[in-house]
Formats: sequence, C-alpha cells, structure tokens
Amino acid sequence: MNRTQKQSRFAIACLKAVAGFVVVILAFLIGYIFITGLPNISWHFLTSPAKAFNAGGGIGIQLFNSFYLLVLAMLISLPIALGAAIYLNVYAKDNWFTSMIKTSIEILSSLPSVVVGLFGFLLFVVQFNYGFSIISGALTLTIFNLPLLTRNIEDSLSNVPDDQRQGGLGLGLSKYETIIHIVVPASLPGIISGIILCSGRVFGEAAALIYTAGQSAPALNFADWNPFNIDSPLSPLRPAETLAVHIWKINSEGIMPDLTQVSSGSAAVLVLAILIFNLSARFIGRKVFERMTSVK
Amino acid sequence: MQNTTELNNKPKRFIYDFNPEETDITMQTKDLEIYYGKTLAMHNADLKFQKNTITALIGPSGSGKSTFLRALNRMNDGVATVKGEILYQGVNINQPKIDVYEVRRRIGMVFQRPNPFAKSIYDNVTFALQRRGIHDKKTLDRVVETTLKQAAVWDQVKDSLNKSALSLSGGQAQRVCIARALAVRPDVLLLDEPASALDPVSTQQLEATLRELKKDYTIIIVTHNMQQAARLSDYTVFFNMGEAIEYNKTRKVFTRPKVQMTDDYVSGNFG
Amino acid sequence: MQNQKLAKKLMKKSKTARYERFGHLLSLSALLLIMAIVLGIIVFVASKGLATFFKDGISVKDFFTGTLWNPGTKTPGGHQAVGALPMIVGSFLVTILAALLATPFAIGTAVYMTEISPKRGAKILQPVTELLVGIPSVVYGFIGLSVVVPFVRNTFGGSGFGILSGTFVLFVMILPTIVSMTVDSLRGGSRFYRQASLALGATKWQTIWKVVLRAATPGILTAVVFGMARAFGEALAVQMVIGNAALMPQNLTSPASTLTSVLTAGMGNTVMGSLQNDALWSLALVLLVMSLLFNLLVHMIGRKGAFKK
Repeated sequence: MNRTQKQSRFAIACLKAVAGFVVVILAFLIGYIFITGLPNISWHFLTSPAKAFNAGGGIGIQLFNSFYLLVLAMLISLPIALGAAIYLNVYAKDNWFTSMIKTSIEILSSLPSVVVGLFGFLLFVVQFNYGFSIISGALTLTIFNLPLLTRNIEDSLSNVPDDQRQGGLGLGLSKYETIIHIVVPASLPGIISGIILCSGRVFGEAAALIYTAGQSAPALNFADWNPFNIDSPLSPLRPAETLAVHIWKINSEGIMPDLTQVSSGSAAVLVLAILIFNLSARFIGRKVFERMTSVK
Repeated sequence: MQNTTELNNKPKRFIYDFNPEETDITMQTKDLEIYYGKTLAMHNADLKFQKNTITALIGPSGSGKSTFLRALNRMNDGVATVKGEILYQGVNINQPKIDVYEVRRRIGMVFQRPNPFAKSIYDNVTFALQRRGIHDKKTLDRVVETTLKQAAVWDQVKDSLNKSALSLSGGQAQRVCIARALAVRPDVLLLDEPASALDPVSTQQLEATLRELKKDYTIIIVTHNMQQAARLSDYTVFFNMGEAIEYNKTRKVFTRPKVQMTDDYVSGNFG
Repeated sequence: MQNQKLAKKLMKKSKTARYERFGHLLSLSALLLIMAIVLGIIVFVASKGLATFFKDGISVKDFFTGTLWNPGTKTPGGHQAVGALPMIVGSFLVTILAALLATPFAIGTAVYMTEISPKRGAKILQPVTELLVGIPSVVYGFIGLSVVVPFVRNTFGGSGFGILSGTFVLFVMILPTIVSMTVDSLRGGSRFYRQASLALGATKWQTIWKVVLRAATPGILTAVVFGMARAFGEALAVQMVIGNAALMPQNLTSPASTLTSVLTAGMGNTVMGSLQNDALWSLALVLLVMSLLFNLLVHMIGRKGAFKK
C-alpha cells in the first residue's frame, strides 16, 4: 500500500471517528431528555396546574397556553404568509423591488427571537396597551413565524410544475384563480408539511414570549369558555406562560423542591411534541399527496 | 439567414387555395413581431387560418412555431413582447383594451405534456365553468358527458369521474385536457405538440379525435412530427429561424414545396 | 357589424379581470405588511437604542469601550457606568468558540453522511439532525444547566457558569444546523466530478478533500455563518448557563454575560424611558446590527460563490 492510500485510509478513519463522536453527542442528548424526563410524565403532570412552592405541580395550564398561542399565531400568520408567498410566486418580477422584498424577509428570519420579542413588547404590550397577554404573545409569534412560513409555502408553490399554471391560464382563468384553485391545492402536501414544521418551531419558542405573553400562568376556569371573561381559557387578554417559558422560568428562579423533575418532564414533553410535529409533517404530507393522486 | 432574405423577395410563399374574401377566416396575423427581451424571436408570418380546418405548424426546434402559436391566445403576455395585429374574427385581439381572459376562453389551448389538475376528472372538466359561476349540477353533468365524448375518452372514464385525474394514463389525461378546453366552448383550439408525450396508439387515437373535432372547431396544431402533419392537417405552415417560410395545402407542402428550404426539411435533408 | 359586436364583447372588462386585480392587490398587501414589520422593527429598535446616546448623552466611545455596566450609577472615573464591552466580548467569545468547535465536527459528520456512508446517513443521521435542529433552545439550556455546568464545575473548578459552559451549549445547539446545511451543499455538487476524480486514480480522501469540499466551500461557509448568527442571537439557553455577571470575562470559567443574557434578565426590571431601559435597548440595537451584518456576509459569500461557478 503506498503513502497516499495510507493517508486516505487514515483520514477516512478520522472522519468516521468524528461522525461517531457526533452521533454519541446526539444520542446522549435525546437519550438524556427522554430517560430523565419520561418517568416524570403522568396524566396528573400533564393536566394539573403548576405549584410555586410545593412539589407535585403539573404543567396543564402551560401546555394549554402553548397550544392556544400556537393555534392563534398560525391562524393570523397563515393568510399573511400565503398572500406573501403568492405574490412572490406569481407577481414578483425580477427587479429591485423583489430583491428588496426577499432581503427583508431574510432579515426578519435571521433576527434573534429576543429582538422580535422586544419589538412585540414595545408595540403590543406597551404601545397598544395589550399588556402581557395571549394576544400580545400571538402577534409576536406571528412576526417570528412569518418569514419561515412564507418561505416554506413559496417553496411548495414553486415545486408545482409550470404546466399546471399554463393549464389554468389557457382556460381563460386569471393568475390569481389559477394559483388559489389549482397551484395551492396541488402543493397542499408541501404546504401542510411546512405549516407543521413551523408549528414545532413556534411551539418551542420562549425568548419571543417572556416579555409579551408573560411569565405567569394564573389559574384558569376550564368550565368557562366565554373569551370575554378574564379567567376563561380563551380570554385573549390574560397573561399566559407557555411550556417553553415555564422551563426557562423555573430553572432561572424556581424554588419548588421538585424543580429538576418538573423541568425534565417539561423538556421531555416539549421534545416529544416537536417529534410528533416532525413525524406528522412527513406522514400527513404523504397521505394528502396519496389521496390526491389516487382513488378518492 | 442569407437564404431567408432571398426568399422574401419571392412573392408566392403563402399560397391560399381559398378566396379570403368569401371564406370564413377565423384567425389572421399581420406584421407580427415577437421579442424575448430585445431579441427578435419571430417575424414575417402574415398567415390566415380558415374556419373548420386543421392547420399544422411544422419546423425544427427553435423555429418560432410554438412562440407563434402561444401568441394567438396571448399566452405570451408577460413572457414576450408581441407587436402587430392578431385578428380573431376580424377583431384585433393584440391590444391592451382587450380582455385577455375572454380571448383565451374563445381560443383554447392544449399543451405539450398532459397537465391535468390535481382534482377529480369531473372537476378538471367543469373547473373553468364553476369559476365562471356555473354551478347547476345538470348543466355541468351534461358538459362533462358531451366534452368527454367529443374527446373520445367518455367510455374509459365514465365510471370513475370522481377519481383523481392524476391517476390517468398519458393518453387519457391528454384527452381529458382536451375535454377541459372544450368545456368553455371555444371557437379555436390551439395544440402545442399534444402527442409528443404519448405512445403511438394514443397518438393515433388523438389524431382521430382531432379529425372529428374539426367539424366544430378551427384547429391549429404545432408538431415536429411530419408524418402527423401530413396525416392530419388540411394546411401546413413551415417555420424556420423565426419566420413562416411557406404556407400551402398540406399535400402540396409535402409533395411539391415551392421553397427549397421546405423541400430540404420535409425530405429530411435538413441542416 | 358583427365584428363590432364581438369587439365590444371582447373589450368589456370581465369578472375574471376584476378578480385578478383584487388578488394582485390582496397578495401585495400581505407582502407590504411583512415589509412594514421589518421596517418597524428596525426603526423602533434603532430609535430606542440611539436614545442612550442622543437623549441621555452617553458617549459612543464609553458604550463600546467601558467595562463597567451598571446604568444609572457612575464609574470611579465619573462617567456613566454604561460600558457594554463585557457583554460584547462575551457574545463574540461564545459565538466564535462555539463555531470553531462545531465547524470541524459538522463538516466531518456531513462528509460521513454524504460521501462515506450515505445509506446510514440518510436513514439515521438525517432524521436525527432534523429533529435536533427543531429542539427548542430552552431544552438545550436545561441540559446545559443540569449536565454541562456540573461537568465544567467538576472538571475545571469554579461555579461552572461561564463562557465555557455557554460555548458547549451553543456548540451542541448549532451543530445540527451546520451539519444539515453542509449536507445540503455537499449533495448539491455534481456526482460527475467525484467519479471523474476517482477515475483519474485519486484516492477517496483526495477526492473528498480536493474536489468535494472545494466545490462546496461557499455552501459550508454560509452554513457556518448561519450557525454563528444563531449562536450570537441565542438568548435563553446561554442566559441559563453563563452566570449573568456583567463583568469582563477573566477566564473561560468565570461568570460572564452576553448581550442577549443581559437583555432578557434586565428588561423586566427597568422602567420605560429611563437610562437603565434605554441602555438595554442599545444592546438590542447592537444585536440587530450584528444580525444585519451576518445577513450581509451570507449574501457576499453567495455572490462570490456564484461568481466562481
């Protein structure tokens, strides 16, 4: 065996070692989260309210808040992102205006989420006087979510072959009808995957929320679904600590005796939720595609 | 290029066996010039298309035949600049005031690759009508049956109208696309190499369908398959290097072309 | 006559044309809203952040070179104690160290995934990295707090909170990001060159080193810059392990702070419009500007890469 071959063997062995080391780290991460966390998860843990000073608190309200904020943020951002993606896909010409638009979306997507959170704090909490509330949090998450969701939807739209568009236009339909009624349905699998993946990101976001949705989770009356009552779960003006914020909060200043158990349980729930989002993004996207292309 | 310029001086390149004053001319182009950016892609094509005939546009790739076809129902809008007049039943449709959607409804188009929408067969055919506010189930049912019959695919799909059109074979899908174009009741049907993605059997069936459709529609078809043009069309235009070189009855273009270049092309000595 | 009737029909603006106009305007307004938000963020943060200098009269030099951070009080020298240098140094240190640590590991892993064992790469490593990219930063912070900090404490002494712990947490956090982006750029390269190189008698390693990595360099650089941008802007995970002492870092294991950690810890305890609050906004402005610079860097790499091809 000559020198270069030996060198090659050696280098590749090194690469394998590096990759192996990374695998160990990744495996440790996931293993740690689940091994320390899963034993702490019980129905009681998932449904009961948190306790500030005693052991045995749960994450029920935080979990509900996380989902509620996610749904609201998605409901607000979806039409905006869809509209923006449609403009980029259909109407944007190759000129300075388009490149300015694309640059500003990139800027927004790379902004640190804490900056987005502070902007939300300034605008919604202070300026609009919404206070630390669901609505402030949802609007801030919308800003956080818009650039990535727009990009995901635009990617899915541009994956649809051009002849679909041509077909619509050839029938005397407008570009707008063509995109809304032909291209969007055809790209639905991709769009749905994109939405679910974005949901995972929104679900785990904390920095954008600590100064907008707040860091406290007042008790809720789960029998009262009138959004105008302040202790109704649906009330948009109540402060709402989410699961991700909860993990940060109790680790920063929590004093309950079972701090570690609550944190690791919450972390496991969070990662589990993300895992479910990831898997379902693939699964649902594929199912929708199959449904569309074969027998109904 | 030099060759082409010479040809321009010969007057008898476009030979019409009909009297344009008396015959029904559905479409006509005058002084057409098509630019991609600043590049002239297509010019010198003053052509007339007679009602209820099939005219084939033939020529090598890049000869401008597809560009020409797409100009006829303004599908080049936003892609290329089209100057000159495009007359549809005597009305110049190449002017800004014209409603391009109405134009495209009357001048339908079928594309190279079958492009059924990701919808059911039924919705594919009725989609454009529904967008125009026609929702009456009986009307739509009737349209579906008529157009699919016209496109000669009714027997194959009548039991699976709710199936996704994406599950159809290439030949069937292309016919559904034809039915879809017919559903909005156009006058003119433009076809851009509609058989290039089909197998020989499907191609033959498609040609039979088109021959049948000629009774009700004016058909203009781009093809680079010369046998197809010879079998199918009444008139043939030969395009080369962005110009219409020769127009005549199909038989004459193929047997006694007036221009040497056409002769070279149809006899396969081209290049 | 019939022609005129037809012409009239064709010139009438159809419902479809009106619908098209409506759709165009609707989608344009969605886009303009996003642009307005971006502009709003920049203008708001800038105006708040610059108030420290214009309204409160802090000198820019003091802000960037002062090492004492306790807005509202004075330094021994009589200046306002608004020296942001400790945080700026902290942010840059953790970012650069994390990137230096993560880049070789990320490239190695990505090469393994694409060149050495594509099958295992696609089946196991790919989904795992994707999952890890999506793991919320608080979870990284929590693991940092319960694993990394004690580890650093036991190995290097001190409290365990500090730049080193921050670096480790960010390393693990940006690793998946850099890996998955590097994998994308490695896969982008043509198979053709690889085979050509191997056919010329080059060893696998020579091919990887001289052909594959060379071709993917702009993509890898972009991935690293993205990772750095993420590390620089990360707030909570770092804040949980760095110790949050606004002091110049003495060594890697002494408690320190970053721009983001001071921001998250301090914003709730200050009154809007006060010097203490304005000073925090100045930190936010530094973050914003850095984020813009990272963006610019990505653009420049992209342009240069495009030029080479």
